[in-house]
Amino acid sequence: MSKRKPYVKPMTASWFLNNRFHTLYMLREGTSVFVGLYSLILLWGLAALVKGEAAWNGWLGHLQNPVYIVFHVIALVACLYHAITWFSLAPKAMHLQKGDQKLTDKPVVIVHYVAFVVASVVIIGVVALGGAA
Amino acid sequence: MSQAMMRVTVQRYRPEQDDAPFMQEFEVPYADDMSVIDALHYIKDNLDGTLSYRWSCRMAICGSCGYMVNGVPKLGCKTFLRDYLNTGLTVESLANFPIERDLVSDIGDFVEKLEEVKPYIIRQDAVSVQDGEHLQTPAQLTRYRQYSLCINCGLCYAACPQYGLNNEFMGPAALTLLHRYNQDSRDQGRDERIDIVNAEEGVWGCTFVGYCSEVCPKGVDPAAAIQQGKVESSKDFVMSKLRPRRSS
Repeated sequence: MSKRKPYVKPMTASWFLNNRFHTLYMLREGTSVFVGLYSLILLWGLAALVKGEAAWNGWLGHLQNPVYIVFHVIALVACLYHAITWFSLAPKAMHLQKGDQKLTDKPVVIVHYVAFVVASVVIIGVVALGGAA
Repeated sequence: MSQAMMRVTVQRYRPEQDDAPFMQEFEVPYADDMSVIDALHYIKDNLDGTLSYRWSCRMAICGSCGYMVNGVPKLGCKTFLRDYLNTGLTVESLANFPIERDLVSDIGDFVEKLEEVKPYIIRQDAVSVQDGEHLQTPAQLTRYRQYSLCINCGLCYAACPQYGLNNEFMGPAALTLLHRYNQDSRDQGRDERIDIVNAEEGVWGCTFVGYCSEVCPKGVDPAAAIQQGKVESSKDFVMSKLRPRRSS
């Protein structure tokens, strides 16, 4: 008779705390909560804009609240962390080669950062110009 | 001069008498060039002959000696005691696989998944031996070479929380092997493998944790193969609306 009795170790709810890589992964995924909440606040602002000036000013008033300011700082950090981790992973999604040599990850990562800087400058520029006008 | 010693903690599980694994400490003589399997050999030869563990080539090509070393999937032959002088050394069986005995894992599920992806060259056109070899350029080889270096050690499965949470997921090495054949210019079996790629247990079961690529001892980068599989799967979704697949 077989004496086999394979033992399956249970995976606890805190599995991601046992390994630094897994903890950082969960942190990366967790940033989506802040990005999601930020999007909802932005949608609320858009809805206020459609309703009229009073509603819009009311929304702007809410944003002066320190709780919202702290939230936006956290959301910005979360968004940047997500972007940085994504930029470092992006090269994996594509196979690039020149002749018979595979290209390194570096050019793809650099292109992402350049696009990030250009997009940021353009958007901030448009907002600043719009504000000035 | 007295011989320097190092404490090594090893997971034990004897199915005929234990209900659950437990940890056992051993003192082994320390040397700078001593690997984890050297330490396990010392224990088995001198301290406890009942210790069970897998090993073979001692040079990171057979893929037999995968263990969790201080909670990280490692090859025992490629991991040295000298790197654990300050932290201590704990050896356990590979995570996410059932424990058969001591450090021996049951990797049967992983091996079945490797077979499932049809890891061989499939041709749609009939070619006879008289027609000669299928020629391949170095550039065509580069498209899949890295993915062909897998030694089936299973470290990537031990690193993958998605496989740990649900072992229906095909997992890193099997999906990488699938991608390796799909990328091979001699192969025409893409349509026969696409259902595995597209399935919930296929590439979409991966949430891009990326730890599989981190622990891979051969630089195969399974996470890259799976993400490229997601691109293929997305393209297939669109293309399947436009053209019928080859019948499999």
